[in-house]
Amino acid sequence: MSPKVYSLAIDRERCKGCELCVDFCPRTVLALSPKLNSRGQHYAFVTAPANCIGCAQCSDICPDAAIEIDEGVPSHA
Amino acid sequence: MRKRVLMNGNDAIGEGAIRAGCDAYFGYPITPQNELTSYMANHMQAHGRVFIQAESEVAAVNMVFGAAVTGRRAMTSSSSPGISLKQEGLSYLAAAELPSVIVNVQRGGPGLGNIAPSQSDYFQATKGGGHGDYHLIVLAPYTVQEMHDFTINAFALADRYRNPVMLLTDGRLGQMMEPLTLYSGLPHKIPPKPWALTGARGRKPNHIRSLLLEEGALEQRNLHLQAKYKTIMNELVGYDEYLTHDATVLVVAYGSSARIARGAVDQARAKGVKAGLLRPITLWPFPRARIRQLARKVHGILVVEMSAGQMIEDVQLSAGDRIPIAFEGRMGGGIPEESAVVRAMQRLAKSSPRSARK
Amino acid sequence: MSPSRKPSKTSRRSVYHRPVSLVNKPTHFCPGCGHGTAHKLIAEVLDSLKIREKTIGVAPVGCAVMAYYYLNCDISEAAHGRTPAVATGIKRCLPDRIVFSYQGDGDLAAIGMAETIHAANRGENITVIFVNNSVYGMTGGQMAPTTLSGQKTVTSPCGRDARTMGSPIRVCELLNTLDAPWHIERVALDSPAGIRKTRKALLTAFKGQMEGKGYSLIEILSPCPIHMRLSPMEAVRFVKEGMIPAFPLGVFRMGGKPAV
Repeated sequence: MSPKVYSLAIDRERCKGCELCVDFCPRTVLALSPKLNSRGQHYAFVTAPANCIGCAQCSDICPDAAIEIDEGVPSHA
Repeated sequence: MRKRVLMNGNDAIGEGAIRAGCDAYFGYPITPQNELTSYMANHMQAHGRVFIQAESEVAAVNMVFGAAVTGRRAMTSSSSPGISLKQEGLSYLAAAELPSVIVNVQRGGPGLGNIAPSQSDYFQATKGGGHGDYHLIVLAPYTVQEMHDFTINAFALADRYRNPVMLLTDGRLGQMMEPLTLYSGLPHKIPPKPWALTGARGRKPNHIRSLLLEEGALEQRNLHLQAKYKTIMNELVGYDEYLTHDATVLVVAYGSSARIARGAVDQARAKGVKAGLLRPITLWPFPRARIRQLARKVHGILVVEMSAGQMIEDVQLSAGDRIPIAFEGRMGGGIPEESAVVRAMQRLAKSSPRSARK
Repeated sequence: MSPSRKPSKTSRRSVYHRPVSLVNKPTHFCPGCGHGTAHKLIAEVLDSLKIREKTIGVAPVGCAVMAYYYLNCDISEAAHGRTPAVATGIKRCLPDRIVFSYQGDGDLAAIGMAETIHAANRGENITVIFVNNSVYGMTGGQMAPTTLSGQKTVTSPCGRDARTMGSPIRVCELLNTLDAPWHIERVALDSPAGIRKTRKALLTAFKGQMEGKGYSLIEILSPCPIHMRLSPMEAVRFVKEGMIPAFPLGVFRMGGKPAV
């Protein structure tokens, strides 16, 4: 049986670059982008989507509800 | 059949509130208004309404805030030091435009003072004891009947203008017993309150707030409030007159002082002084125009108040400086004697330049 | 602002989506602030219990004064500390609505301590959410009733000295001496597990209110990176290692009797 696949969406305008998701992710899926959002903050982005196990620790720890997670093959995979 | 009963002023306010449809009363004990709090404790629950003896006057006025945000009719009462505690709440109620009724049964001050009656909270009530540019509508009853009737009106006015309304009375009126006819009509209809917080079913969420940090927003709120106050000043001024048609000495007094002044007017007339009484019913808005009008023909004005002289400033502002304006009062819970008021009227009649010219 | 992402056509299920009860607007809270998390959890609970349209919240004075910008339900302000009194007025007039108050350290445990204790003592059927981040955030980081002994703040620059400034107040323990409260619990935003426990505690509290059980207070230990003068991750660690020892977690009261 093929392992489950997860896709993450991070709202870069909600994200304030606190990096809690990066720190708490057990699979180094996330990193802080060198780019800035319109509020001048670095935002988190998905650097290794294939590593994601859907544990949702990132969406739990995110104070800004910036991360959404779906299970399944994304249409643009 | 209209019921005629003998009641004390505080109880008459309580019964008036219940007949006006008061949904919630929150109070805290303080003399000389305790009869009102216990009247509400005894009667509100029987009518299925809310009664809470709050932990403080501060908590009580904030419970009124909470009840008022739901669109319900809410009231609190206290006496001078407790009303001081409520000032923050009154500013918030006015700012958020929450209909509400507040009763101040005044006692001697400042500080803890005493439990005797006074009228030394006039400034606090009419000039705003709380912070910011706001006004309460202030009503001043002078009989137990008016204690009852004005309470009923207060709820209607609060809803009509979306404003807190204060009943400014004193310990003497609160505790005296007089016959009165109880209101036998229905409560005034509550207007629709689309702004109320009832749960956002079928509509966008409502917010009740007075914190307006966005650029220009607070100024807009203030402009709106000032326009409302102007409307109230045009529509709501209330006063009563006694023998003013040919008076040369005008007495201006409200509440218990008006009762004394009325008797003094009769006595003065018997002694040859053509005295008359103007009794403000609304202390805010103040009957400026009528006093200005009367000031053109009388020879002098005597203000009677149980204070160091507070309402006299509004009389001076209204009347100008062409005629003498004198003051007769007692402080610290003292009650002016009728004879002293009569003598003050006689002095005024004698000393006024207009009398001399006559 | 990118829109909330719907599951794509080949997805099977949503693992996490932003709750409807959370307004889709970036918050003014600092990066890593626990208020954002607490707001998010409340919104999740309103969604999952389907009570958004019958809920009325009361916002404090403090960093969360603008709760009405972020929570998609009826909300009233309150004067500083008076939140439980306002909530009492609302709930007594509309007993079938769900009423919660949301407060910080100063609002609940300093200026509002009387209102806090008496609403609890009367057993008002409301849910009180107490965000304890050990400082006063909005006004610049002053000492709070919950500031730890020795903790440096703007008004305890040499560290909180018990001899002149008192010691931290444990609100759950204090309220647990009263007869009336139904549910008193302390949780912490110190980890994803802590956040899940917080979510569960809030769910239980709101459900209890729906069932007319009585007063609930959920104290949420929370990071305040800016005024703790720590990075967001260090602040979360401080909640775990510094605050939890001073404010033990757990259910103090469930079902109207002290659990301990």
